[in-house]
Amino acid sequence: MAKVLGTSIKRREDPALVTGRGKYTDDIKLERMAHAAIVRSPYAHAKIRGIDTTAALAAPGVLAAYTAADVAKAGLPGMIPVGWLLPDLKTPAHPMLAIDTVRHVGDAVAVVVAENRYLARDAADLVAVDYDPLGAAVDPKGATAAGAPQVHPEAPGNIAFDWELGDRAKTDAAFAKPAHHVVVDLRNNRLIPHAIEPRSALASFDSSKGELTLTLTTQNPHVHRLLMCLASIGLPETKVRVIAPEVGGGFGSKIHHYADEAITSFCSMQLDRPVKWTATRTETNATDAHGRDHVSKAELALDAAGRILGLRVHTYANLGAYLSTFGPSVPTYLYGTLLSGQYAIPAIHCQVLGVFTHTTPVDAVRGAGRPEATYVVERLLHLAADQLGIDQAELRRRNFIPPDAFPFQTEVALQYDSGNYEPALDRALEMVGYQALRADQAKRRSSGGKQIGLGLSSYIEACGLAPSKVVGSLGAQAGLWESADVRVQPTGGVTVYTGSSPHGQGHETTFSQIVADKLGVPMDQVQIIHGDTGQVQFGMGTYGSRSAAVGGSAIARSADKIIEKGKRIAAHLLEAAAEDIELADGKFSVKGSPDKGVGWGDVALQAYLAHNFPEDLEPGLQAVTFYDPANFTYPFGTHIAVVEIDPEIGQVKLLRYVAVDDVGNVINPMIVDGQIHGGLAQGIGQALWENAVYDETGQLVTASLMDYALPRAHNLVAFELDRTVTPCPHNPLGVKGVGEAGAIASPVAVVNAVMDALSPWGIRHVDMPLSAEKVWRAIREAEAKRAAA
Amino acid sequence: MKHKIELEVNGQKVEREVEPRLLLVHFLREDLGLTGTNVGCETSICGACTVLIDGKAVKSCSQLALQADGTKVTTIEGLAQGSQLHPIQEAFWEKHGLQCGYCTPGMILSAAYLLSHSPRPSKDEIRHALKGNLCRCTGYHNIVEAIEHASHKMSSATS
Repeated sequence: MAKVLGTSIKRREDPALVTGRGKYTDDIKLERMAHAAIVRSPYAHAKIRGIDTTAALAAPGVLAAYTAADVAKAGLPGMIPVGWLLPDLKTPAHPMLAIDTVRHVGDAVAVVVAENRYLARDAADLVAVDYDPLGAAVDPKGATAAGAPQVHPEAPGNIAFDWELGDRAKTDAAFAKPAHHVVVDLRNNRLIPHAIEPRSALASFDSSKGELTLTLTTQNPHVHRLLMCLASIGLPETKVRVIAPEVGGGFGSKIHHYADEAITSFCSMQLDRPVKWTATRTETNATDAHGRDHVSKAELALDAAGRILGLRVHTYANLGAYLSTFGPSVPTYLYGTLLSGQYAIPAIHCQVLGVFTHTTPVDAVRGAGRPEATYVVERLLHLAADQLGIDQAELRRRNFIPPDAFPFQTEVALQYDSGNYEPALDRALEMVGYQALRADQAKRRSSGGKQIGLGLSSYIEACGLAPSKVVGSLGAQAGLWESADVRVQPTGGVTVYTGSSPHGQGHETTFSQIVADKLGVPMDQVQIIHGDTGQVQFGMGTYGSRSAAVGGSAIARSADKIIEKGKRIAAHLLEAAAEDIELADGKFSVKGSPDKGVGWGDVALQAYLAHNFPEDLEPGLQAVTFYDPANFTYPFGTHIAVVEIDPEIGQVKLLRYVAVDDVGNVINPMIVDGQIHGGLAQGIGQALWENAVYDETGQLVTASLMDYALPRAHNLVAFELDRTVTPCPHNPLGVKGVGEAGAIASPVAVVNAVMDALSPWGIRHVDMPLSAEKVWRAIREAEAKRAAA
Repeated sequence: MKHKIELEVNGQKVEREVEPRLLLVHFLREDLGLTGTNVGCETSICGACTVLIDGKAVKSCSQLALQADGTKVTTIEGLAQGSQLHPIQEAFWEKHGLQCGYCTPGMILSAAYLLSHSPRPSKDEIRHALKGNLCRCTGYHNIVEAIEHASHKMSSATS
């Protein structure tokens, strides 16, 4: 049989998607379906004096208008809960409709339901809200200053948490008298995730059964159902079904439980008819959880030979107005724990202040914490190499954790299970033609004009979220296993019910490859069911590069159990002992006599007919696994960006991008490359163009795609990819995860490249995004300073 | 007050009474049930709603249905010949030119317009021709590959 695992098999998802037949949430129409439009705060911070819905209710086609008072009257809990906790975390309430205060532009205040979406929007504009505007805290550092406007009375000074990791005393000692001390202030710019499909919810309540079916743009329908039932809508999980149909991208934004789906469900429950809500792009920009927004001071201590002695970082992490689902975990567990990078660093200390501001909540966006950590580590490495006059590649090489040191216990809680960093660095240098580019750079520096820069990023990530024990030991109070229920049908077809819920990753294809490889059945006989709490018992969903490593491993484990049961049935059919049965190419036979055997069809049919089974053999052929990984997985690699700077106008042009990644074993190379490509585009976008901007009153200036610059095809280049393969030692597939690698490694590769190009001007650092204006100003300032000296 | 429009959508004659403010994309999606045309931004930036009007790529979120009166509209549903995919659809599948698929109908129709007036574009021309279509999943790498691949297949089929 042809090899299926490790092969670029075309996606089975695609025929529906290239012909427009894929059904996304907003494509679905139900009988008697009404439309909701949500009235949102235009102010970052205000008291609500009153809400008058009279005019809205009188408008044509309007069925209802609701405020927080109606939620209270209906007796719903009406809250949006946080999903992950930290020690001493402040958890102020987040009502699904604002009760007396709005805390960010876009905060939901009221909802109008009408016969169609046009009429709903018309009427929403007629809801009169009497606001008393107040001052806003916007910047995470500024929000902690004395006298800053307060977001929640429960969190004095706007501090949600003060979190530390690593050994402070040991780290301070490393900084006591180092030969070299590198210091930099960094701002990791705020991102808006921008899945191209806006969020949407279609709630259908049936009062005769008391049941709610919610079709939702979600990366994790079970998590959404759980949070909704825990705190929002007052229904038990047995009465709620959440379905993820086609989901048009997520990048983190569709993990989180938002007020909007609770509001839409509430409307449907009140009216006893289906209600749909679909965000406009301006709504998504103001309400999809944003990403990053760190203000950090980062320091590196090195000895005279360029060996790292210690790393110290202090970060203000903007959490926005409320704690979003995973909000507190991102700048802590997924950030501080990654600060050792690929390096043997003997002392690390990290302090993070999680800060409430009057801005959109901040949560996981592709990479989630790990790009921020990589940015700190690799910016420091770049600056250190410059400061010490050591080549960029050489300084990294000197400090890499050596291949024989694994498993390697870092100073920041994680134990890296495997790694081999130099081959990826070497391959990246070879692919980019490092020496030749350095020679070209030297020539250009002496001749003037456009300059080139090379930026390295030797990154690590912790994927496969999340080993329950490890995150539990850090105080998370929740693990992140995954489930897989594999059922062999009576005619030999295989149905897999997985808790991983895709939104573009191609799970139906790759998971089929796993099963086909394990069982030896043709791929087209494997069916993958996902994204429906009515069909899949439970699941944690797709994010954190976890679907292959955790969801796929759960499927592989279930397939192993199926094989064991299959052997027992085959042994019965072949009148042999189960230990003498082997499975090859989909056929069970007795060892030594491969001619005589039975296939999955025979075994499966007998499993269900089961009229003459021995007493110790149960009918049926099904296996369930709840797979909790032993550790994170640790993909790594080296990326190199090559940029050209036009000093006259400050324009940065990306010339080339080389990425050598080690994501462990690969199920489908074409899909893995596609994941890297997409991550790179987002990370390069962050470095050069993307930026969520608030003014000092808390207005979101980048509220639409007219103002927020997403990368376009002509801004990017053909990416040059390669891989090294260091399999994950602790999961059954040896896979590590690939969804976020590109977004983690690339921002700092690009920034380092631009800073490399600017080094003749003595420019050390410019914050992202590196717009032409910022680069131009940095060059002019440097030249003015030089002229004055 | 509603106005009558007559147009051809995917080769079928369509006659409807529409409100003057009805956007073409909503007419296609909600009145005709052609939900392959997606809405991503409603400011004509993202291009998910791209359709062909009289052969030209147009953003249907920024056109009124009334403006399409008397035209021939092609949506993603009208591209394949029965079960036979259009070469651009084939190429997107073969080259992994899509992930979540949301931008894909618009991308494919923009590509169809490009190839209708420039049958053998360079990669650079392809990238520039896609400036009105945003994709957040693929980094465009495989979309460019797919369109180039389609252009080779289509021009070798006609030559």
